[in-house]
Amino acid sequence: MLRHILTSAVFAGIVAGIFAAVINLWAVIPMVMEGELYESGARTHFAVDGSPQSDAGSPSVFEDPARHIMPAAFSVVVFTGYAFFLVAGFALAERYGHRTTVRSGLIWGLCGFITFQLAPAMGMPPQLPATPGPEVVPRQLWWAMTVVFTATALGLIAFGRGVLPIAIAVALLFAPHIIGAPRLDTYFGFAAPELAAHFAGASLAATALTWTTLGLCCAWFWTKLQQD
Amino acid sequence: MNDQVKVAAIAQKSDAADQGLLGIIGAIMLGAILLFSAGFAQATVMHDSSHDMRHAMAFPCH
Repeated sequence: MLRHILTSAVFAGIVAGIFAAVINLWAVIPMVMEGELYESGARTHFAVDGSPQSDAGSPSVFEDPARHIMPAAFSVVVFTGYAFFLVAGFALAERYGHRTTVRSGLIWGLCGFITFQLAPAMGMPPQLPATPGPEVVPRQLWWAMTVVFTATALGLIAFGRGVLPIAIAVALLFAPHIIGAPRLDTYFGFAAPELAAHFAGASLAATALTWTTLGLCCAWFWTKLQQD
Repeated sequence: MNDQVKVAAIAQKSDAADQGLLGIIGAIMLGAILLFSAGFAQATVMHDSSHDMRHAMAFPCH
C-alpha cells in the first residue's frame, strides 16, 4: 500500500511540479520580479507630490536564468507533498468503497485547489513583494486552520450521508473566514495596485491549472500502478 | 478447526487493513514534511532559494 502511494505520488508530483514551474515562469514569476522593483526602490509608485504613476512592464525571466532553478526544484517538492495528500485521499476513499478514476482525479485536484489556494486566498490573497503584512506565525496558523477545515468540509460533502455532515461542512467552510485572517490596521503596500491585482488573479489561475493537472496525474498513476 | 481458520482469516484481514491505514498516515506525514520544508521553513537559505515559488503559490512565509 505504502509503495503504491509513494510511487504514484512521486511520479505525479514530478510531472505536475515541472508543469507548475513552467506555468509560473511564464505567467506569475515576471510579476514577482516586477514587484521587487518597487521593493528595492528601483521603481516608485504613489509619489508624494504630483502623479502616482510609474512605468509598467516586467523584467524578463531570461535575464538571470540561474535564479529560477531553485524555485523550480522547490515547485517539484511542494507538488510531491500535495500529491502525497491526494493519493492518501484516494487510498482512504478506496477503503470505503469509492474507486478513484482518472476523471474523479480531476475533481480531487479541484478540491485541492479550493483547499490549499482558493479558501486561504479569501483571507490572505497572493501577495507581491513590496506588500508588508502582519506577523508571519499567526498567518501560518490561520492558513493551516483554513486548510484543515476546508479539506474536512469537502470530504464531508463528498462522502457524507444525510444532512448532519453537510451542516458540519458548511460551518467548517465559513468558520475561518468568520474568525478572519490576521490583518494590519493600516495599508502599507507600495507597488502599483494594478500589478498587485493582476498578480493575485494570475497566481490563482495558475494554481487552479496546476492543481487540476496534479489531480489528473495522481489518478492516472494511481490507477495505472494498481493494474500492474 | 473451522473456527481456527476463521480466526486466522480475520487476523490476516485486520493486519492488511492496519497496514493500509499505516500507509495512508505515513503518506500524509511525508506530504506534510515536504510541504513544510519547501513552503514554510524559515531558514534563510531555504527561504531565499524558494522565494519566487513561495510568492507565486501564496505561502505565508514572511
